[in-house]
Amino acid sequence: MAIIETLNLGQKHRRQYTLKDINLSVDAGDVFALIGPTGAGKTTLLRLLNLLDKPSEGSIIFDGINVTVSNSHYLDIRRRMSFVQQKPVVFDMSVFDNVACGLKWRHQQSETIKQKVGNTLKLVGLSDYANRNALTLSGGEAQRVAIARALATNPEVLLLDEPTANLDPNSITKIEEVLTHTIAEQKITVVMATHDMSQGQYLANKIGVMMDGKLLQTGSPDDIFNSPISREVAEFVGIENILDGEIIDKDGNLATIDVNGITVQAISDYAIGERVYILIRPEDITLTLAGDTTSARNTFHGRIIKATRIGPLFHIKANCGFPLLAVVTRKSAQEMGLTDGREIYASFKATAIHAIKK
Amino acid sequence: MEELWQALGKAVELLVTFDAEVMEVSGRSLAIAATSCSITALICLPLGSLIHFSRFRGKRLLISIIQTLYSIPTVAVGLFVFVLFSSSGPLGGLDLMFTPAVMVIGQVFLVTPVMLGLTIAALNGVDKAISETAVSLGASRFQAAVITLKHARYAVLTAVIMGFGRAIAEVGLALMVGGNIKGFTRTLTTAISLETSKGDIELALALGMVLILVALVINLTLNRLQQR
Repeated sequence: MAIIETLNLGQKHRRQYTLKDINLSVDAGDVFALIGPTGAGKTTLLRLLNLLDKPSEGSIIFDGINVTVSNSHYLDIRRRMSFVQQKPVVFDMSVFDNVACGLKWRHQQSETIKQKVGNTLKLVGLSDYANRNALTLSGGEAQRVAIARALATNPEVLLLDEPTANLDPNSITKIEEVLTHTIAEQKITVVMATHDMSQGQYLANKIGVMMDGKLLQTGSPDDIFNSPISREVAEFVGIENILDGEIIDKDGNLATIDVNGITVQAISDYAIGERVYILIRPEDITLTLAGDTTSARNTFHGRIIKATRIGPLFHIKANCGFPLLAVVTRKSAQEMGLTDGREIYASFKATAIHAIKK
Repeated sequence: MEELWQALGKAVELLVTFDAEVMEVSGRSLAIAATSCSITALICLPLGSLIHFSRFRGKRLLISIIQTLYSIPTVAVGLFVFVLFSSSGPLGGLDLMFTPAVMVIGQVFLVTPVMLGLTIAALNGVDKAISETAVSLGASRFQAAVITLKHARYAVLTAVIMGFGRAIAEVGLALMVGGNIKGFTRTLTTAISLETSKGDIELALALGMVLILVALVINLTLNRLQQR
């Protein structure tokens, strides 16, 4: 059952929509990641869900209660959630008192507060900092205090706005560990905004892609990353091979697509004559030096335009009559001698192609 | 010039020997100013928070009016309180005229704009994210206001001290509604005024020194707070 639902939710700022027609459904226990570029409206949506701002239009239904009808439920409903903002805000008091705040505001007994704060500080690895003023902490530590403060109240719904943005790798790892542990142990519902797609993929079971104030696609990480519904979503989720084509033949659901005069075979339900974008993830492309070594339906001869080392991988840009980007390990690139100008064969399966209507 | 030095010497003697009259007048001044300031703080801190946290039409105008009243002349407040509490006034029946109580009431009127305006300014100086974070963590409006006030505590304390400074240093109001009655409503400022007119410069100077000492303590406290 959905614990949070939004119906045609919209928000205007100076007569301009910052959020429009958001229809979202988050089930209890879901970890829902909102991904999208900066300015997509993720923070605006989280603020609305936390009832910090009133929407210009549409409704928010929390656990069956339409909270946009009246604000009489605001405090009760807000006390069932916690919101961690992108910029860690800590109060000018000790770390212990910071984490205890939400519990004190819920009038919990001092013994309970002591126990819960102790446990939560242990979880985030800040037990030794309990008596330190929170203002003296580093950005990563302050964010861990903010997360501890949110978790201490045992919220049903945890809202996270870019919880690891601008933090050092160690802090990111620690915060992701805490979130993974909490999600697994407490079966908490999480709605988190992130522009780190790997984080969304790693933590969430559902993802929503937002752009320009609109929710373009929701689905499982697999749906979003392998079957984006539009070119914008495909570009955002890192599908770098997006080619224009037209279906010229069908054999069952095996389509023959004309791309720049070259035929590509893909699995598609679209009919002959349909203009489509074909999407191929770089990691689904195999590069070989001879053309007859793979069983893939699509094999194209081409030449490397640029081989660039990025961390442990090589990004190989090739021209096969159309541009293609493939990814190979550093070891493979060295063994095969994949350097600029080298002739190669690029192969990919028909099932590796996702075609979307243009 | 020699007379002045003699007067100054005598004033210091009155102070260091804890002259009964000097102590009595100083004690009353401090008591009246402290009482009026405490009452004003009890009014201004919640009222300032209410104004700061509420959204209403005319809020900016109201704050401008409060700020304008910072410099209201003490005699104007004195006249207002006099009319209010004189025997023919609407509150004349309370029979408070020429008592320390009416002086306290007058000082509350006098200090309220300063303390209220500075409290609102102090709350404005706190990052909005503090109250927003509190609300997002389940604080009620009152609880969010309390934590915001806590973050503004040094600035709010400055507002209270400024109010105390205005209360203890005023003379017009104390003369008009207190009557400068010896042993009853005579304060540092009214006594200085009277003793100077009588030509008792030594006593006037001694009382003036107490007033300067109070001002010094206020300034030192403010400086310490601002350094935090």
